[in-house]
Amino acid sequence: MRYAETGFNLEVDLTRGNIEKVATDPEDTELYLGGLGTNAKIMWDRVPPEVDAFSPDNLLIFAAGLLCGTPATGCNRTIVSTISPQTKLMAFSMMGGFWAPELKYAGYDKVILRGKSPNLVYLWICDDKVEIRDASHLKGKGAIETAELIKNELNEPKAQVAAIGMAGENKVFYASIEQGRSSASRGGIGAVMGDKGVKAIVVRGTKDINVAQPEKYIELCNEVMEYIKWREDNPIQGVIPILAILGSPQEMAIHNEQWHTENFMWGNSRVRRKGFWNDEIAEEWTDTLNNARTRLISCFNCPMKCGATLSMPGLPTYMMKCFTKLTYTMAAFSNLDFGLTIAQRATEYGVDGYSAPQVMAFALELYENGILTDDDFPGMPSDTEGRFYWMLDRIVRREGIGDVLADGTYWAAKAIGKGADEYAHNNIKKQEQLPLKLSMLNPIYFLMYCTGEKINITQIEGQFPQAPFPKREHREKFVKDWFQVPDEKFKQYFLDWEFRGEFSNPHYPTPEMTSEIVNWQEMMHYIDDALGMCAGVSSFHMKPPYHIHNFPKFISAGAGIEMDEDKLAKAAKRYRTLVRAININRGMRRKDEKPPEDHWKKRFPELEAELLDTYYKFKGWNNDGIPTKESLHELGMDYVAADFEKRGVYAESKDVAEEG
Amino acid sequence: MNGDKLTKTVKTIRIDVDQCNGCRACEVICSAVHAAPKYSSNNPGRSRIRVITEPMTDVYVPVYAGEYTVAECAGRDKYTIDGKQYDECAFCRASCPSRNIFKEPDSGLPLKCDMCEGEDEPMCVKWCLADALIYEEREEEVEEQEEQEELEIGLEAMADKFGMQKILDAVSRMSVKD
Repeated sequence: MRYAETGFNLEVDLTRGNIEKVATDPEDTELYLGGLGTNAKIMWDRVPPEVDAFSPDNLLIFAAGLLCGTPATGCNRTIVSTISPQTKLMAFSMMGGFWAPELKYAGYDKVILRGKSPNLVYLWICDDKVEIRDASHLKGKGAIETAELIKNELNEPKAQVAAIGMAGENKVFYASIEQGRSSASRGGIGAVMGDKGVKAIVVRGTKDINVAQPEKYIELCNEVMEYIKWREDNPIQGVIPILAILGSPQEMAIHNEQWHTENFMWGNSRVRRKGFWNDEIAEEWTDTLNNARTRLISCFNCPMKCGATLSMPGLPTYMMKCFTKLTYTMAAFSNLDFGLTIAQRATEYGVDGYSAPQVMAFALELYENGILTDDDFPGMPSDTEGRFYWMLDRIVRREGIGDVLADGTYWAAKAIGKGADEYAHNNIKKQEQLPLKLSMLNPIYFLMYCTGEKINITQIEGQFPQAPFPKREHREKFVKDWFQVPDEKFKQYFLDWEFRGEFSNPHYPTPEMTSEIVNWQEMMHYIDDALGMCAGVSSFHMKPPYHIHNFPKFISAGAGIEMDEDKLAKAAKRYRTLVRAININRGMRRKDEKPPEDHWKKRFPELEAELLDTYYKFKGWNNDGIPTKESLHELGMDYVAADFEKRGVYAESKDVAEEG
Repeated sequence: MNGDKLTKTVKTIRIDVDQCNGCRACEVICSAVHAAPKYSSNNPGRSRIRVITEPMTDVYVPVYAGEYTVAECAGRDKYTIDGKQYDECAFCRASCPSRNIFKEPDSGLPLKCDMCEGEDEPMCVKWCLADALIYEEREEEVEEQEEQEELEIGLEAMADKFGMQKILDAVSRMSVKD
């Protein structure tokens, strides 16, 4: 008997219309856990680097995390993996909601799509019955609209739907997959779904998920629940509201947006508006949110209320969570009312709330600077808000300039030329980032930005405070109940971290300490992504309910795999390395691992090089960021080393080193 | 018998639909606590509480499984409360032929909430951190006499209508049947 997982994947060949239920190898679960881990293994085995995003041979994998469907609070994430059309690397965007547990209850751990359907279809999974159904009547429909239409036509109100909107159908490079309040948005995975001709995957399940040691497992769940209650009553002092409390974060519940509006950049990640937040704006935005919000809502089996149902006057209801709340507002220098109104349309179209607003702000900058002209924007309104709607409508249809912008700022700038690339200034590995521009380099963030292969800072940061606390007594208080640290030394690193002087950024924490901290932060995210745990109750937070000390127990009692901290750390390192290996084969190297040039005003080339050198070594990668033969051997992944040899990856890297 | 008072414990769960965040933790833990062995598996399909949700119209109603019924209702009404439309079934606890909730998914046998007999409180309440489910226990005094009075008033009315003999015949027939 398999525990926590079902032991079956659903293999769907869209070209031939063939569906198979395939038993998986329990040994793969031991080595790669599940979710992202086993996705990476499948991508490595079956999608060689010659296969590009829109090839029929690219896979689109929807995975439920290993512990999804068990009673573990907040464990509900769907991990979608494919090759990104935007970055040309492996994308593994994720979403919460209800879809992953439902898939488990239907009897599957993953749905693996390959090939391309000749016509637009949707997949209907109801326990053992799986059908590919015609979706021609859903062409052009909004993602949320589609979900409602499908549930009605199937007469299945309890079915869970992951759907694309028009952006996905038209292969916009930042098209999302939407699922009610949640979406898997990064890397253009919605475009791959559209390319495969799949409008939606609909799932309903009524089977059991078993756990190996029932009493032990429920005890662990109850401990987490008690700690969540305790954390609610004891927010972390001295940090911004969304970091003080758990959640993904709980943006929909929070009215005070001083921190985001005054520290994040407006427009095309350009303008910092110190002193923006005042009583008047606070009152106006509070009213806007209160009037729009009908209810705070949660994902499956989680008490955090990170999402909300929103109804803007005269528009269909939609759901939102997290920072999309402000991205349109700030990109257009507008107000919250505009942000929440355009987000309704953007959600139905299915676009990434980070990239889409930035692409439009980028286009307006090009227009203002004469690089794009009136000829590119025929009939565009004169007000910024109107222009955003105008562009959004064209991007998702790939009409006119929209066709260029639909590829994101990196590729659009290349196509436009005339120095447009200066304006595509906020990318890492060809993908738009959160609009942050800061002064002093923070070594921890430097390494996270450079090496994070989810290419999104919120998907690697967490655990360790973002900045030092001003007073030592405050730091001492903070470390007192910080039992989540993997080792006591992390407390000391934080205790000694100062705003000024010898123990401050950028030279403290030292490259060695920084490597350990970043490795810890990243490891917790990778564990979450294999188990299906939401970062909002885990890796994203300081002092979360889930940590390196209780995760092994969850895996042992839940999945029946004997696990301890070392074994778990090694498993996480294994599939983390595999993600890197996939990207190395796709050409990613040290030269690609850098933050946006203007992310910090004060840069330190020598220190930055030392940071990367030290971290690469710590990770078992060579100086070009390639996992070494020795480290691969240690992880039981000689097959990767052999492949690197065969493809000449090491030889080429050696040439580079010698030239350097 | 006159004036004798009986006390009984009435267990109730106060359901505050305004507080429900739709997370369905109640369904998760219900199906786990009723699994055999306890907590060994989990499947909201087997849960004795279901959250009836229609997110687009903001309908969130946790409903407990009640009695099994062989027949579905003839007409199914709709209620409008505070501008929101609810199916009558949204509040109904019956395991009935008109819908597929409150039935064991494989056998189709009806499910019924047992208030987690043996636990300190129903587990769904314990796991609802949104405070949508509040457990309340109250002692109620029941006056035996009142029931007796009610019975006699009723019988008198029946005797007036049908005549005493018919009532006596009916009672004797019923007692033989038992």
